[in-house]
Order: sequence, then structure tokens, then C-alpha cells
Amino acid sequence: MDSSLKALKLMIVDDSNIIRRRIERSQQIARLEVVGAACNGREAVDLFRRTQPDVVTMDLTMPEMDGIECVQELVAINPKVLILVVSALADKATAVEAIEKGANGFLCKPFNDRQLNEALEELLSET
Amino acid sequence: MLKEGEIRTFIEGTTNYFETSAQQAASVGSPYLVTDGKPGAYEYTGVIGISGARKGIVYFTAPRGMLTVLLMRMQETDSSDENIRDLVGEVANTISGNARRDFGKNFVISVPMVIAREPDRVTAPHARSYVIPINWRTHSAKLVVCLE
Repeated sequence: MDSSLKALKLMIVDDSNIIRRRIERSQQIARLEVVGAACNGREAVDLFRRTQPDVVTMDLTMPEMDGIECVQELVAINPKVLILVVSALADKATAVEAIEKGANGFLCKPFNDRQLNEALEELLSET
Repeated sequence: MLKEGEIRTFIEGTTNYFETSAQQAASVGSPYLVTDGKPGAYEYTGVIGISGARKGIVYFTAPRGMLTVLLMRMQETDSSDENIRDLVGEVANTISGNARRDFGKNFVISVPMVIAREPDRVTAPHARSYVIPINWRTHSAKLVVCLE
């Protein structure tokens, strides 16, 4: 790892435990350190306030509070947060809406390890 | 009633799921129509409610053995009942969500509901359902699409 690069905190938001664990296990970006995972938007907002992550992976279809609403809340708390939406919702309108609400990237499920890491690399290139 | 192209959307979603998540292709048999409201189910079923422009359900149903191997292919070592339930719901959610690429944003999907070990509880809201048979490794599963 390039010591000149600041370590970044990653929060994972998905209602599927399997997907949360898969993202944590598969992400190979040396700069990223997973600081927490949440299973719905409401829990994510609480965890976001406590852990102050720099990067978030965000599912969209979740109980309690969906991902689009959560993206808006997180961006309102910290406009600099980088959010990668990871969702099965494959229509263009949803991706555009997520970006308009403040997300920085969109990865469609299902994904493999290479696709996840490429999406995260692209997201981090904005830093 | 589904058009041929709409059925193809779900077939492509199913094959893409296995190719990408498990890195091992599934073969899909010829879809068939069930008209008695009982498309049938295996041990675990993930049900997605559909609302908006279309109404009905999409469900993915599979035996535990298949889901356990699928978890292993995804490098998940925990094959607890909780994770098996999670997986069957996630497969249904992913295939249904991917269908919005063709059906559009008004194809609104619910969060998954999972039914385990009670296949008789799995029923279709309308008499007519399309069943897409799925064969993966030595296992059989099916995707059921029941839309107005």
C-alpha cells in the first residue's frame, strides 16, 4: 500500500447478510478498511453518524428505509461521502435517480469480484 | 399474460445470475404454462411481490442441496439455515430487479419473502403461471413468473 495514500473507511449497506459478507471479503482495495455494515437505510444512517465512513456501498431495495432515501440522508450529513450503489434494479431511470440524489457510481447485481473492485477503484479515482 | 420476449427477460436474468455469481452456467429448460394455480415449489422459496405497471409474483424455488453448493461457489462458508434463506431471497430479488432493464421502473419489486420447508404454502395469485426449469450441476430448481 502506498503510504502516501490516506486509508479510507468503508461502510456496507445491504439487507442480505450474504452480500454484506461478500463485499467485505471480495473488496481488495488496500486503502479501504471496513468499519461497519447495516441491513437497512435507518440502521445505515445511525452507523454513518457513529463511524463517519468515507465510502459506502448501498443496496436500494431494503426494508425500513430504502437506498435512495438513505443516499439523500447520508449526503446531507456529509456531502463528500462517496457512495457506490450496488443493486439488482437494472433500469437506467433508477441509476440516474441514484446519481441525481448524490450517489457516485452504480454496480448492478449480480457481480463478480473483478466487477466489484473495478467499480470501487473507479469510485476512489474521484478522491 | 406474458409475451415471449418477457419470458426471455427472466431466462436471461436466471442464466446471468448463475454465470456471474457462481461462475458456472445453468441450463434452462423450455418454459411451460401451469393453469391450475399450483406451479409447485422445492424446499426453499424466495417470493417477490410485483406491483406498479404489472401485478403478481416472481419466485425462485430450490432444494437446500443446490443452495448450499451455490453458497460455496460464492466463497460463503456459512451454510446455516439463515444464510440459505437469505440466498434464496437474494436470487429472487436479483432476477426480478434485473427484469426492470426491459420492464422499466414501474415494474416495482418488494423485498423478498422466504418460505422454507412448507412448499404447499407457496401459491400463485392467479391461475396461470409460467415455469422456467433450471438445471445447475446435478440440481433442479425453478423460476415461476405469475403476472397479470
